[in-house]
Amino acid sequence: MTDRAKSYTLHVGIVVLLAVLFFVLPAYHVGNLARIMVLAVYAIGYNLLFGYTGLLSLGHALFFAAGMYGFGMSIHLWGTPTALALVLGGLSGLVVAGIVGFLALRTRDVAFMIVTLMFAQAGYLTILYFGPTTRGDEGFVVSDAGRTLFGLDLSDEATRYWAALVLLATALLGTAALVKSRLGRALIAVRENEERAQMLGYDTTRLKYIAVVLSGTLSAVAGAAYAILFGYVGGTFATVQYSIFPLLWVLLGGAGTTIGPLIGVIFMFYLIDISSGFTDAYMFIAGVALLILCLFAPQGIAGEIRRRGLKWLP
Amino acid sequence: MDFGPHLLLATLEGAVTAAILALTAMGLSIVFGVMRVVNVAHGEFYMLGAVIAWFIATSLGAHPAIGFVAALLLAPLAVGAIAAVSDRLILSRIDYDPERTIVATIGLLYIIQQATLMTFGPDARPVEPPFNHRIALPWVEWGDGGLALYWPWGLSITSYKLFIIGAAAVVLTGIWLVMTRTRFGLIMRATQQDREMAMVFGVPVDRTFAYVFGLGAGLAAIGAVLVVPVQQAHYLMGHDPLLLSFIVVIIGGLGSLPGTVIAAILIGMTDGIISVFFSPTLAKIIATLAVAMVLVFRPQGLMGKASR
Repeated sequence: MTDRAKSYTLHVGIVVLLAVLFFVLPAYHVGNLARIMVLAVYAIGYNLLFGYTGLLSLGHALFFAAGMYGFGMSIHLWGTPTALALVLGGLSGLVVAGIVGFLALRTRDVAFMIVTLMFAQAGYLTILYFGPTTRGDEGFVVSDAGRTLFGLDLSDEATRYWAALVLLATALLGTAALVKSRLGRALIAVRENEERAQMLGYDTTRLKYIAVVLSGTLSAVAGAAYAILFGYVGGTFATVQYSIFPLLWVLLGGAGTTIGPLIGVIFMFYLIDISSGFTDAYMFIAGVALLILCLFAPQGIAGEIRRRGLKWLP
Repeated sequence: MDFGPHLLLATLEGAVTAAILALTAMGLSIVFGVMRVVNVAHGEFYMLGAVIAWFIATSLGAHPAIGFVAALLLAPLAVGAIAAVSDRLILSRIDYDPERTIVATIGLLYIIQQATLMTFGPDARPVEPPFNHRIALPWVEWGDGGLALYWPWGLSITSYKLFIIGAAAVVLTGIWLVMTRTRFGLIMRATQQDREMAMVFGVPVDRTFAYVFGLGAGLAAIGAVLVVPVQQAHYLMGHDPLLLSFIVVIIGGLGSLPGTVIAAILIGMTDGIISVFFSPTLAKIIATLAVAMVLVFRPQGLMGKASR
């Protein structure tokens, strides 16, 4: 099998596996997996910028929240039809990422981290400032009408799972195709050595801008999907916490690998889920696990798998 | 209160914030400058300083002044030791790789926070200040009989808050003397300029790193010990100082210690002043965007050197 065929088999295999799991797993884990898949789309969006282009942003919660609020507010305030509201959610992510990217890309390295962090913080504070409309930290519940898309009731456990799977499959196969495309390879070139990419004639500023906008929009789509599938929009999703999560997921799962984000989310989710089952101090265990992974699997889980044999892992 | 006295009050409160911020950010700045790593657990070392100060002050049970002095001496040492050990155990083993250090220090953050929650509990606890006199401040106004001094109601500061400002100034001067006048300072500066070259000249770089990491955490702890009498110790108190210190270090210019102090004063003061006159949330939005814009148009910070 060629590497391309192997990678195709892997990604389709993962989607099929997730579909099979729906019938095998108990209801509790099916519910968990639906949430994991949506968060994994967010992580995939983050990975596009961090893992493939090499830009460390600490402000992705802004994009996630832009999607969530773009969707939620339009339903909440104007009763927009669900499909249109979803598009609006994605669009608001696109616009926000467009503006943030334009400004933040004037900086690099740590300054880029801080600028994105600042913009996200400003976004979070704006949500709090307009508390009477946005309901601030408390958040609001999305109406039932807002959670019905093309006649499908997305608050239903099974429908929700399939919707999340469709979204994840699109994001997963999409990035797998993207990183093998000319654009994807150019982005990796920027990550590996920006000066060299520039010397080879690539407009690296433009490439980085595309990466920010793509990554921000995908994160926003994940945010909108989270709102529609779980029926809740809240300021918590715009906090620094939610900017750090995708970084952790991606680093744990394996930055710059297509399946890393999904693995990272599953790992973190179940680490906290399982350890909170027998101790209150689950964050302690999460901390220890982070340290251990950091010491013994520096490339993340998928990165470690790639290093130990599966060299073709995209 | 009129505008003038109000502004004076805001400036004084801002100066206290700025003093604490300067200490905390200086710790982060030294670590960043010398070791080139982002220490996400810095805020937790700050919190540990406050919590250990509370333990020392309450277990001594003597006069508040004795407890406070003991805490001021011992808590930073304890925190510094914890930081130095974690540097040896963790950071040195991942070769100070920038991204892995972020994950490792996030892990450290969770561990320290949770350990504090389990031992210290979720309550906020105060440490009694060693002295606390209310000092009323006069204001000058043009009255019927020419210039006259009067004491507006509410315009006052406590002696302890003045002490915070003084103590921070003393510690920062001490750091400056250490950096410029001592052998350890020379070693730190050499490591900062060129790690490999320093190693070639016989500088024990790994030991220096442990000391530097301890020193950075210790500075945060000093700031925290100074702040507990006015702001209680709580296991989540490290969050805001971490973000603010980050901003200060970057705005001041990476690796520039004077820049860090200037930025701390600037940001601490503005934070104090704007929040008195505007709604705190709006003030924060404006301040946050302003900081972002400074970086967008001057990515190297105020005092940093532009990269080639």
